[in-house]
Amino acid sequence: MFDRADVVYVYDGSFQGLMCCIFECFVRKETPAAVVCEADYQPTLNTLVSIPTDTVKSKRVENGILRKTSAAAMQFVRDGYYTCAPDKDLLILKFVQLGMERGAKVMSMLGDDTVSALTKAVMNRSREAHNYLGFARFSIYGEVMVSVIEPKNFVLPIIGPHFCDRYRNESFMIYDKTHSAALIYRPYEWEIIHIDSYTEPETQDDEAAYRSMWKMFYETIAIAERENPKCRMNHMPKRFWSRLPEMDEAVSALKGNQEPPHSLESPHR
Amino acid sequence: MDVYDKLKILSAAAKYDVACTSSGVDRSGSASGGSIGNAAACGICHTFSGDGRCVSLLKILYSNSCIYNCAYCVNRATNDVPRATFTPREIADLTINFYKRNYIEGLFLSSAVVKNPDYTCERLIETLRILREEYGFTGYIHAKAIPGADDLLLTRLGQLADRMSVNIELPSQESLNRLAPDKSKTAILRPMGLITERIKENCTDLVKYKHAPKFAPAGQSTQMIVGATPETDYTILNLTSALYKKYGLKRVFFSAYVPVADNPLLPAVTTRPPLLREHRLYQADWLLRFYGFTADELLDEQHQSFNPLIDPKCNWALNHPEIFPVEINSASKELLLRVPGIGVNSAMRILRARRAGHLDYAALKKIGVVLKRAQYFIVCDGKLTEGLKITPDNALNALISDNCRKTFLSEGAQQLSLFDTQITREDTVKCLTGQM
Ligand code: SF4
Repeated sequence: MFDRADVVYVYDGSFQGLMCCIFECFVRKETPAAVVCEADYQPTLNTLVSIPTDTVKSKRVENGILRKTSAAAMQFVRDGYYTCAPDKDLLILKFVQLGMERGAKVMSMLGDDTVSALTKAVMNRSREAHNYLGFARFSIYGEVMVSVIEPKNFVLPIIGPHFCDRYRNESFMIYDKTHSAALIYRPYEWEIIHIDSYTEPETQDDEAAYRSMWKMFYETIAIAERENPKCRMNHMPKRFWSRLPEMDEAVSALKGNQEPPHSLESPHR
Repeated sequence: MDVYDKLKILSAAAKYDVACTSSGVDRSGSASGGSIGNAAACGICHTFSGDGRCVSLLKILYSNSCIYNCAYCVNRATNDVPRATFTPREIADLTINFYKRNYIEGLFLSSAVVKNPDYTCERLIETLRILREEYGFTGYIHAKAIPGADDLLLTRLGQLADRMSVNIELPSQESLNRLAPDKSKTAILRPMGLITERIKENCTDLVKYKHAPKFAPAGQSTQMIVGATPETDYTILNLTSALYKKYGLKRVFFSAYVPVADNPLLPAVTTRPPLLREHRLYQADWLLRFYGFTADELLDEQHQSFNPLIDPKCNWALNHPEIFPVEINSASKELLLRVPGIGVNSAMRILRARRAGHLDYAALKKIGVVLKRAQYFIVCDGKLTEGLKITPDNALNALISDNCRKTFLSEGAQQLSLFDTQITREDTVKCLTGQM
């Protein structure tokens, strides 16, 4: 493999597309300087190699990874693809190159730059997903429950099974605003679909009453003598706050002091 | 009184109870029947309160109208506070509605003693029955055993709950006598013993009959108040370790005493809660449970209190120069766990990465070892970190967390005060020379 500091691969952003970039790098026996998604591509002086997506090639790459490394490594590649690491595409390409050379052992090479960077990105995603298991908030509109989340990484595939199990007899949607995607669940099946935008319906009285009771509970249980805003911030960074009723100034913790429904067209602000 | 007002009173009354996590049981909802709820062994935090604590359960009392009069407790009979009592159905509805909105992971239900222990226990059972049987709720429930309630009632409660706890509250019989005249150590240890028995029986039942009702599958825990009475860290840690061994407890929680009553037997109301002490106890508890330490390795007759400056593990390391340095490329897992700066996760990762080749310092850093601390206690292929200058001061300095540094060394405190504690300068020198 030659390091080609002057070559940039551009692909359509799909997982299959990324596999085709990997196919190409083996054909050309080179490591490009960058691998970018069309949408993010900015022209530079580098030579642009546009990689078309071809499912036959992508399947061959996946089979190759499975054969030469392990199922765990293949899963790791998929997980890596769903992270928000800015250079994830190139990291994955390099990881696969390394895996083809070293075999299943690649998963243990935690001291290697590529493996360690990709591991960090994957762990970051798992951590964010774990956060959302707790921080996702649902609102109840009649028969359906809706949660809106704004994760940095694509976490729906991780958190989906948990919520589908938890609310198995309900119908609900988790809308990922960042990635314009939604998980739709009806007993007992679920799918992740593309969704461009979503307008939250008006809340009903019950909903407002529970939000305010929750906020009151939240404020009541803090022990003033032990106040520690820094610690709270570490565990629950500000970016989550806008979707949490207990941190939302528009939600009142006072009894019967809910805002009239018409001013709540976007319940979380 | 409506549910809003009751919730306000009965969550305020429960807030000092810290034994509150949702962890310890992994249960897929669909596999367990029921219609709503599951449980994750790792525990899920749903929010963090203003004091930085993880909130995962709806933690409330069924009632705060207590017939007893424990001195350290806000709910004691003679205290002048607003009183309230839920109905079992109110609690069940609130739990389900909070649960559906994903505010909580489940319910933590405790109660003051209303009328008598049996009556109180029956009301808790009824609440859990509605949740489990009527609503098909299979989420997490932690119930507090009411000391003095009938064995049969406690058994029934344990069949409905995931975890049961009995609070020890005060770490010795003398303190209990003085401050909680209605309770005795036996009244507390009896239900604890009963729960332990039931959990054990249940394990054998489950082998014998596939459908034996599960008894508190997430185990049993307890809580002790720290700083209300004169017991030392040594006493508390030994008691903790005994509870793990004798009663097979899953967790022991510590709660820094927040003054709630003006009573000559208690610290003055102006006393600050001993948060650092509580923190050190939790660190030590962690070492007992996950790092293979025993209580007497951490404290002994001569050293009854934790070192305020450094955590118990670092303190142990500085006092055991004969163990170090540890060779990263060959040390056992047990030994790796003893190195300051190497946690359970990084130890596992070291073991894994070692299979793929030799490790150097750069690799350790990528693995997540806190080299700032660890470097004084390890070698890679026999070599120390390049350019590392080892002096007693910089080693000890590296082990003091930033928080502690702020607390103890600001306000013009001198560097020397570092050594006023139980590790002497000599110990440190010994430790460090032993390494080279
Ligand atoms: S029995 Fe419990 S609630 Fe009642 S006074 Fe004692 S500690 Fe408080």
